Amino acid sequence: MDAIVLQFLNGLDKGGAYALIALGLTLVFGTLGVVNFAHGALFMLGAFCAVAFNRLITLQKVTIDPTQKTAWGTNLEIKTPYVEAWLGKFGHFILNYSVPVSIILAIPVMLLVGIAMERGLIRHFYRRPHADQILVTFGLAIVIQEIIKHFFGANPIPLSAPAAVSGSANVGAWLGLGSSVVYPWWRLVYFGFSLLVIAAVFAFLQFTTYGMVVRAGMRDSETVGLLGINIQKRFTVVFGIAAVVAGIAGVMYTPILPPDYHLGMEFLVLSFVVVVVGGMGSLTGAVLAGFLLGILQSFASMNQIKQIVPGIDQIIIYLIAIIVLLTLPRGLMGREGIMED
Amino acid sequence: MKSFFRSELAALALFAAIIFTMPVWLAPFGADYPDLLQKFVIYGIFAIGFNILFGLTGYLSFGHAAFLGVGSYAAMWSFKLLTMNVVPAVFFAVLMSGLFAYVIGYISLRRSGIYFSILTLAFAQMCYSTAYSVLTPITNGETGLRLTLRDPRLIDNALAAPGAGLPQPSFFGINMLGYPGFYFSAGMLVVCFFIARRIFRSPFGLMLIGIKSNQRRMRYTGLNTRPYALAAFVISGMFAGLAGALLVVTDPLAGAERMQWTASGEVVLMTILGGAGTLVGPILGAGLIKYFENIFSAINDHTIAAAVSFLPAPVEKPLVSVLSLFVGDGWELTLGVLFMLIVIFLPGGIMEGLRRIVRLFRGGGGGRQLPEAVVQPAE
Repeated sequence: MDAIVLQFLNGLDKGGAYALIALGLTLVFGTLGVVNFAHGALFMLGAFCAVAFNRLITLQKVTIDPTQKTAWGTNLEIKTPYVEAWLGKFGHFILNYSVPVSIILAIPVMLLVGIAMERGLIRHFYRRPHADQILVTFGLAIVIQEIIKHFFGANPIPLSAPAAVSGSANVGAWLGLGSSVVYPWWRLVYFGFSLLVIAAVFAFLQFTTYGMVVRAGMRDSETVGLLGINIQKRFTVVFGIAAVVAGIAGVMYTPILPPDYHLGMEFLVLSFVVVVVGGMGSLTGAVLAGFLLGILQSFASMNQIKQIVPGIDQIIIYLIAIIVLLTLPRGLMGREGIMED
Repeated sequence: MKSFFRSELAALALFAAIIFTMPVWLAPFGADYPDLLQKFVIYGIFAIGFNILFGLTGYLSFGHAAFLGVGSYAAMWSFKLLTMNVVPAVFFAVLMSGLFAYVIGYISLRRSGIYFSILTLAFAQMCYSTAYSVLTPITNGETGLRLTLRDPRLIDNALAAPGAGLPQPSFFGINMLGYPGFYFSAGMLVVCFFIARRIFRSPFGLMLIGIKSNQRRMRYTGLNTRPYALAAFVISGMFAGLAGALLVVTDPLAGAERMQWTASGEVVLMTILGGAGTLVGPILGAGLIKYFENIFSAINDHTIAAAVSFLPAPVEKPLVSVLSLFVGDGWELTLGVLFMLIVIFLPGGIMEGLRRIVRLFRGGGGGRQLPEAVVQPAE
């Protein structure tokens, strides 16, 4: 029982990341009809926003203290980050909470990147075949990836979670299962965060007029256009929102997995599988499939299961994708008429 | 005169002459060493094979590297178990990859469009992951499969006592490392080119183009398109297997990273860059990418600084720092940018570009005209 709860928890944070990326992919596909292979790169870009923010605030001022000597006889250097020197306690707080705080940086950056990408490139590909869209965004992903590699190097860059949530939560005690079920706080935070973002996106689409127009546009953009609404502009904003969702998903994921430049590609492949399993064009399907696959993946990596079917943890997601695609051609919740002609 | 050039034999002879003299005419480009030449022809075969599927039927497979990997492993096992002769190695590689392609194609071709791409991707990633983990006894996991002194090599050892060192792949006694390996691979490329040419001009090839243009209409005429698409898939898988075998022939080491999806992406890039649906395009694309990979990644900041040193310093410095982004470790950036430009402005690839240039000089209908062979997704 303990092991099952633990694996279930393990699947939640990864599932959250899949769900967030898949949500953005589905949004872009549903509105613009574009298959965006650069979406994983946006996730990676978000993660590097956190890295850049962290680099920025840990710039240090070095003062030499002539009264104290180090063991080697040189003057002691005291390093204080500028933020701490200038802002005191608040600076210390920012340093500690650098990962969540960098969301503030990531949102405008990702929004800009997303809108620039849509206006600059994707716009010209609405009427081109899906194969062309896949290819050009794939090229773009390589370009983004290489630029990041040039500036941040090829090695993963670890970032730490805030001290308050860097330990482990005794989840077992909450559920009355004994103390063997402990789980890192940050992953729980990530799960909560992903739920929050998903809820926000759904609320935006469901309860605002803007969202209503977007949903109408997803159904029939021509009619919405005939009603005198510039649906194209709204779709561009939706692309920006999808980029933001991917970006902040990347920001918050940095303490779980140190980002490197090809982080995006790894997640992209899995997210596409998630989108296809969930059903092309269905937002609920994308979210459900994200969590489902995340949880199944973590169950498959249990030792007991690996003993029965060796290597299942490596292939489970692809195996499920194959089974779903062959038995349910539209995925779990796909709508009729999407990508079927 | 024209009919002579049109004839099968002449075209083939011309192609063979160009390929076999590559060490001569590539010398001015600094690409006349066997390692690189081998890569040119081997990846040329891979791309020709991919093009038979993508260029003709429009099915975009994102998992073709799996067949390359299967071919490599099969050839390696033929070396280890039977003989160092390359003929059985190539035979088994083509056979095994053909079988794999049949199974994967049979399942994947039930769907089309992006679903097909994802299915092939999923299969390829499964092959890659299992080769790394569970199948380690067969693939030797991360280390990669290599020759050892303790390999049984049944046929070789029955004919002659094993020598002291590690044996090397040979073609009836001719050592396959270096230039002989290149000529062997080049011979294979010519054969593959011939086969591809025949396929392009056969009723079968026309049927495949029909699938690309409008699969639904093909079905309405009462034709079952799936066997044709499957045949194309298996043929292109066999080409990939052959390429995998030749990689092992020229350098006896097979690793799982060959099957990763980035490798599948690479062959897509090659085909698009050269021109999907054309005969020569994919070979050009493969050569160009491999050339970039080897030459661009060898350039460093000093080489650039030396090349632009005639410029005044305020211009030189920023120019060097910008250019250095694109070379050395960053050569993939060049590749990405080039690829994007091709897809955006020249969907027909280099071949389309050449056609436009020719048209421009002949003064015919101007430089711009819609390409005949724009790749449409399989529908």
